[in-house]
Amino acid sequence: MPEQLFFALEVILNGLMAGVLYALVALGFVLIYKASGIFNYSQGVMALFAAATLVGIMDGQVPFSHLINAIFGTNVHHFGWHIPALLGILLTMGVMVFLAWAVNRFVFKHLVNQEPIILFMATIGLAYFLEGLSDLMWGGQLKTLDVGLPQGMNATLDEVTFNLFGYGFFIDNLDIVASIVALILVVTLTLYSQYSKQGRALRAVADDHQAALSVGISLNFIWILVWSIAGFVALVAGIMWGAKSGVQFSLSLMALKALPVLMLGGFTSIPGAIVGGLIIGVGEKLFEFTLGGMMGGATENWFAYVLALIFLVFRPQGLFGEKIIERV
Amino acid sequence: MKLKLITAVTAAMMAAAPAMADLTFSALSYRTGPYAANGIPFADGYQDYFTLMNERDGGIGGERINLVECETAYNTEKGVECYEATKGQGVLVYQPLSTGITYQLIPKATADDIPMHTMGYGRTSAKNGKVFSHIFNYPANYWDGASIAIKHILDVNNGDISGKKIALVYHNSAYGKEPIRTLEELAKKHGYELTLLAVDHPGQEQKSQWLQIRRERPDYVLMWGWGVMNSVAIQEAVNIRYPMENFIGIWWSGSENDVLPAGEGANGYKALTFHNLGSDYPLYADLQKYVKDAGKAAGAGDQMGTVLYNRGLYAAMLAVEAAKTAQGIHGTAQITPAMMRDGMEALEITEEKMAALGLPNFGPTFSVSCENHGGDGFGAVKQWDAAAGEWKMITDFFQSDQDVLNPLIEEDSAAYAAEANITPRCE
Repeated sequence: MPEQLFFALEVILNGLMAGVLYALVALGFVLIYKASGIFNYSQGVMALFAAATLVGIMDGQVPFSHLINAIFGTNVHHFGWHIPALLGILLTMGVMVFLAWAVNRFVFKHLVNQEPIILFMATIGLAYFLEGLSDLMWGGQLKTLDVGLPQGMNATLDEVTFNLFGYGFFIDNLDIVASIVALILVVTLTLYSQYSKQGRALRAVADDHQAALSVGISLNFIWILVWSIAGFVALVAGIMWGAKSGVQFSLSLMALKALPVLMLGGFTSIPGAIVGGLIIGVGEKLFEFTLGGMMGGATENWFAYVLALIFLVFRPQGLFGEKIIERV
Repeated sequence: MKLKLITAVTAAMMAAAPAMADLTFSALSYRTGPYAANGIPFADGYQDYFTLMNERDGGIGGERINLVECETAYNTEKGVECYEATKGQGVLVYQPLSTGITYQLIPKATADDIPMHTMGYGRTSAKNGKVFSHIFNYPANYWDGASIAIKHILDVNNGDISGKKIALVYHNSAYGKEPIRTLEELAKKHGYELTLLAVDHPGQEQKSQWLQIRRERPDYVLMWGWGVMNSVAIQEAVNIRYPMENFIGIWWSGSENDVLPAGEGANGYKALTFHNLGSDYPLYADLQKYVKDAGKAAGAGDQMGTVLYNRGLYAAMLAVEAAKTAQGIHGTAQITPAMMRDGMEALEITEEKMAALGLPNFGPTFSVSCENHGGDGFGAVKQWDAAAGEWKMITDFFQSDQDVLNPLIEEDSAAYAAEANITPRCE
């Protein structure tokens, strides 16, 4: 096969991997939307907050140290410990569960039965609040995140494909890990929502709040649960992206990459987030590869939205979204 | 009652406002937003130098410094708002730290008779003082940077790079596109082949660009990036096993933030600089004594000696030296923005002056004139030593290719003069 074709295949393969990373962010949106009908604008910032908290806990950073020092004239910055990644992840998960409780207790509990646009606006406010909270707690400086994930070119694939085709394929080890993690997440979440008691309750709440309440399902519990799971997904996404580029504000902008994935895959489907991510990942990479050069490059950001819009025209609910039929 | 209330509020506002006798400087900083990780060290260095001047020297020429900080979040609209909100306080000079904000403020600052210093960024042709009376971009600009990078590649290749392939990975913005024209001109002169690879904001995903680099294997890769784009690019270069010593970033792609996430793999990555590195300078002893130990350090006080902290320090030092020059020219310590502009236009930075300030060999020597607001275009190359966790200078400061750059600057500034109906001065 000509080298150009191999390169196209390599682009497709890397597009699939990039798509998995987009899907990781999109998953968090889907979970919350499915359970509460809220489009959570703050999902990207939650990933930033989770990753910054993980680094802060692992490095023994004193939260709010800048504020504490300014008020009390002290000079405390670190507790002087460094804890293992796994324990750090567990503690961070605890913080995300607390955040889920706080968000419901102080924001959404007061907004039950409000219009979706009000709930959406509340998540915009939450995003900016979390942005500030993250800065205040852990500082705005770049933090390096090392939880032991492998990075760099997968030498085995490079070698094997070179021996077979005379062209070594490139795949980043981190992308392989991300794909495996995403696969486990999707399978677990799908099984959980289909077969567990809480999962069924979650679906019942998504279908009809009032009906779910009437059969004794605690709306409060379900919302805390789903925000906690979304917090976990945000943590996973934050780890994957943060390992790549360091933990910094830009992590929160990942949400921009998740939007076309949601438009394409549907807002209510967990597998849809993955399939949408893969289509967007491959589509934008192939477009950049084939036509990007003629257009001055950097086409990926806007082309992802064009692709999503094309799908929307033919399937407004997204590939896997639920079709809404309202009868007069 | 209403009148009393208004009077009381007005009195309170006047009391809260800075004393007009102070020398007011502005810090259009970004401690929040997508580029906060880079904005923080610069802002800290900038602020700490002014604090040192106040605490150690009692200000400049006996006048205390009042630093007005305004958060732009690297957002052009917010930057312009900051300018409008603070200019009434008698700010002597603006340093917007953003090419986007700079472009917006060029006509405004000129009309308001307030000078602006865009050190190593902004509109390159502002070097031409005949057209840009209030804009200064000494000691070096983007086009100097492009030329310095090519000169370094020439040095490494014994002066011959004809037939070599050089790729430019750039932030798809006005900033990132600045060096393209120069690199194209230099390609004609030296015979190299230039490939352009744009990366969209914020630059978190660059797989396509680096797969292309892996396939085409350019001999050198230059980078005009900022923020997360830098660290991702360096990580991607490591991933594809691109030789790091052939990867050269502009000075905005050469901080610790850019290389640390890639760990050991970033070893050997090069970047340009127009100021020196580290904290091994006599001035740092004073910073420790009068600023840090006194509990007056900006931010968390943990950025001292980093690349961008030093850049902020250097920017503040140049502002203070220009203010001193202005005081000398006009025979008064209480200078106005217009006087400050005169001081900037007569600024001369010599080795003796830097040594006396406790910053020997901290930057290139240069002088500013009515015609030349950009200095002499000197820069140096540094390299990341991952094991030591520090940047090391690998060249002295050397000059960009003025023969190529000067006609480009003349051409671009002439176009601006025609567009803005400006009659060139300094005749």
